[in-house]
Amino acid sequence: MRTYAGHSDARRSNELYRRNLEKGQTGLSVAFDLPTQTGYDPDHELARGEVGKVGVSIAHEGDMRTLLKDIPLDQMNTSMTINATAAWLLALYIVAAENQDPPARESDLQGTTQNDILKEYLSRGTYSFPPGPSMRLIADTIAYTVQHIPKWNPINICSYHLQEAGATPVQEIAYAMSNAIAVLDAVRERVPEDLMGSVFGRISFFVNAGVRFIEEHAKLRAMAQLWDELGRTRYDVQDDRHRRFRYGVQVNSLGLTEAQPENNVYRIALEALGVTLGRDARARAIQLPAWNEALGLPRPWDQQWSLRLQQILAYETDLLEYPDIFEGSIVMEGLVAELVKGAREEMGRVAELGGAVKAVDYMKSALVESHRERWRKIESGQLTIVGMNRFESTEPSPLTADADGGILVVDPQVEADQRAALDAWRSERDSAAVDQALSELARVARDDSENIMPATIAAARAGATTGEWAQTLRDVFGEYRAPTGVGDAVAAPSESLAEVRDEVERLSESLGRRLKFLVGKPGLDGHSNGAEQIAVRARDAGMDVVYEGIRLTPAQIASSAAQEGVHVIGLSILSGSHAELIPLVLEALAEAGVENVPVIVGGIIPESDAAALRQAGVAAVYTPKDWDLNGMMRDIVSLVAERHGADTAAPA
Amino acid sequence: MSPAPADGGQLGARLRDGDLHAAAAVLNLVESRSADARAQTEALLAAVSPAALGREAPGFIVGVTGPPGVGKSSLLSRLVAAWRAQDRSVAVLAVDPTSRRSGGSLLGDRARIERDPSDHAVFIRSTAAGDRLGGLAPATRAAASALACAFDVVVIETVGVGQSETEVADVADTVAVVVQPGSGDVLQFLKSGIMEIPDVLVVTKADLGPVADRARADLEAALRSLDSASAVVSVSSVAPPAGIDELVEALDAHRAGLDLSVRRVRSRRMHALADYAAEYGDRGLRALGGRREAEKWLAQQDGGLDVAALRHALEEKARP
Repeated sequence: MRTYAGHSDARRSNELYRRNLEKGQTGLSVAFDLPTQTGYDPDHELARGEVGKVGVSIAHEGDMRTLLKDIPLDQMNTSMTINATAAWLLALYIVAAENQDPPARESDLQGTTQNDILKEYLSRGTYSFPPGPSMRLIADTIAYTVQHIPKWNPINICSYHLQEAGATPVQEIAYAMSNAIAVLDAVRERVPEDLMGSVFGRISFFVNAGVRFIEEHAKLRAMAQLWDELGRTRYDVQDDRHRRFRYGVQVNSLGLTEAQPENNVYRIALEALGVTLGRDARARAIQLPAWNEALGLPRPWDQQWSLRLQQILAYETDLLEYPDIFEGSIVMEGLVAELVKGAREEMGRVAELGGAVKAVDYMKSALVESHRERWRKIESGQLTIVGMNRFESTEPSPLTADADGGILVVDPQVEADQRAALDAWRSERDSAAVDQALSELARVARDDSENIMPATIAAARAGATTGEWAQTLRDVFGEYRAPTGVGDAVAAPSESLAEVRDEVERLSESLGRRLKFLVGKPGLDGHSNGAEQIAVRARDAGMDVVYEGIRLTPAQIASSAAQEGVHVIGLSILSGSHAELIPLVLEALAEAGVENVPVIVGGIIPESDAAALRQAGVAAVYTPKDWDLNGMMRDIVSLVAERHGADTAAPA
Repeated sequence: MSPAPADGGQLGARLRDGDLHAAAAVLNLVESRSADARAQTEALLAAVSPAALGREAPGFIVGVTGPPGVGKSSLLSRLVAAWRAQDRSVAVLAVDPTSRRSGGSLLGDRARIERDPSDHAVFIRSTAAGDRLGGLAPATRAAASALACAFDVVVIETVGVGQSETEVADVADTVAVVVQPGSGDVLQFLKSGIMEIPDVLVVTKADLGPVADRARADLEAALRSLDSASAVVSVSSVAPPAGIDELVEALDAHRAGLDLSVRRVRSRRMHALADYAAEYGDRGLRALGGRREAEKWLAQQDGGLDVAALRHALEEKARP
């Protein structure tokens, strides 16, 4: 039992961890900030506004040591949500452990690195390198840990984020399994054949559990079945224990609502049941989100509330007293068989395309399409979300009435402090040793036959920074932009949009050229689902939409807006860094001479921040409770019309 | 009411002065369909015509075309970097092929071109295609000829094979068709004459080794059998890139061997015809005796006429 935590700097997160451990938490689950996850130092341009935001900033081994101070690592189980830079953070962990007093030996370390890159391309967005080299880094960490840190789970294949990106249960199963195949095939080339059984046994999954909890339970049984089969047939894994489907779970946050957020507590409890009900497919580890996650970063009290739910489930209920309660259930078996069949077909399609790495474009488009379909059902009322599109009226909530808006606010001073601390770190280390370690790292990176881990650990020992490690590899591997998946999205049925489309048409006529809309994602936040859906909808409403994907600097957005001659700009940020980043974009736009172009913003934005943004010149602010995309399209039309003094009313 | 369009003559003057910042406003103008805007576009084109410049616009207009998914955008990203390394300014007009019932489109190509946002010598504009698949919107033709007066290189990027390069060839000085190894279509199209012979053929994914080498050899053999002197270049856009400098040289070599004024005069005639056809449709073309007749007639007109003058001449001729 643990909660996903970490914020600001290493010292503050360390205090939080020690408090949580005292309360009965049995392991650590470390959340890193976006610069750490994508391989940038706190003083990099792209890190602006993001340092310490969605997790802790770890720029070097000193930070890691502080993070884990007074937590004996040979007895701790630490789960790290880290992917593109997993090899580096694992190296920092190893070196921090050996620098503890008393030192913890590498072979005694226990924990998990998420280390799953495909879902970063498909959903989460914190990738750093192109697919080929990324798969090599994953294979290298697996090969290294299997031989040196036997109790480490080197990879946690995440279907979780696929569901967040819109995956249906069948897609979630199929893409997770295809992903696992790609990883295992890559590792097979890098370890002795006789270790493949242990490799297979070290692979765990991180799945999502939605509120349709019966089907979700069936999904897990289906995954267990396919996994066992894969072990036996494709990788010849003899030992039954190695073929056991091990998974952790975080319940769905896509389904959590900003409207009447207290209802999320019920949703979370039901979702937790889905992954625990039947013993044969019960989760090994559960993380429950806080009730107010759709509003912002949870405070310690919110986290405690979610930990208590798990404790009630485990210690008060009789859930754990019975063998598998679905054994022999015809309904459950039928559901499982149906999912397995669908998943096999979809896995076949991915295999035909050459496997998961080559099928990234296909899978991304399929997910954007599923998400679009889900959204359509919500808008049309086919899918009920209580409190959001049905039963909307509510009494005032005493829970969200606090002055702070019900969320934890990260001190903006953290970023400046981290930059200063980084300068100090750089000036105190032996820079010749760092240079040497990094050039050795570059050499190994170029030589595909060597394992990257020893050179990475050496660089961690020498005092290299997260940004230096990643930049060295970027120089060798090249940079990468993942597909946006929006190009192939099916057009919405025209009747639902007819009115908006007419308005767009009339405005375009009046403007002289087609209404052009730039959808931008500034900063390091990779949660692009919202931006993608808005881009697709705007296209279907008849606009020309410029969408360049994630991770843009304010200067890039401003330059695109100027060159493309757009009429309106929409910015999406879900990392909570809107207060810093949006004004920077507005400044850059003014500098680029973009005038009279309204800027709208979408994200997890508390009302107090929204007011400040409007003050700064933002024309409108949207949050997850604004789920009516057609309404948003109409707003955009009126905004632009107003700025240009154009008329969009239908002719009488 | 519509916002007043920019002054075409002034924009033309800014381009003549080499003001690259004028590019976005130029595109905003030429894309506008209002009557006022079209008049200003004509003024713009007159201001950058050979009559006004005393010579053809010096910029190098390059067409880059090929089927979807062959790696055009990554190639373009490398090409832009190579041109910038030679200190040449570059404008890219990326034409989006999708044309939907909604009229809207998703323009994402610029994302694939790596650039420094502070470098104003790189201009990228995404534009929606004309009505037909692979067709060029009148705006793209106008933009290309105007920007060629300020930018060293103007690229028109289109998607398609078999048809689209024909239209690009109307506008560009040099057309590069991009194909990937194993795309037998192009070979067939070339041999059967469905496709016009490109000035430069680019085979991507040279990193695939033997497959790419064979594709290049096959294409070279096909071109020899057609008595064509077109260059074939193999490139790789993945790190480390390969063949990019060779491609830049091949493009420059083609342009150097070109009688530029002949090509540009033809380009203006085709531009006028496209404008005319966009305005008057098939009926308008029939009034001229059909497209081929119109082309023949245009070929006999004064080479010094600008687009607007040529279009007016066509209108005059069509009048019963």
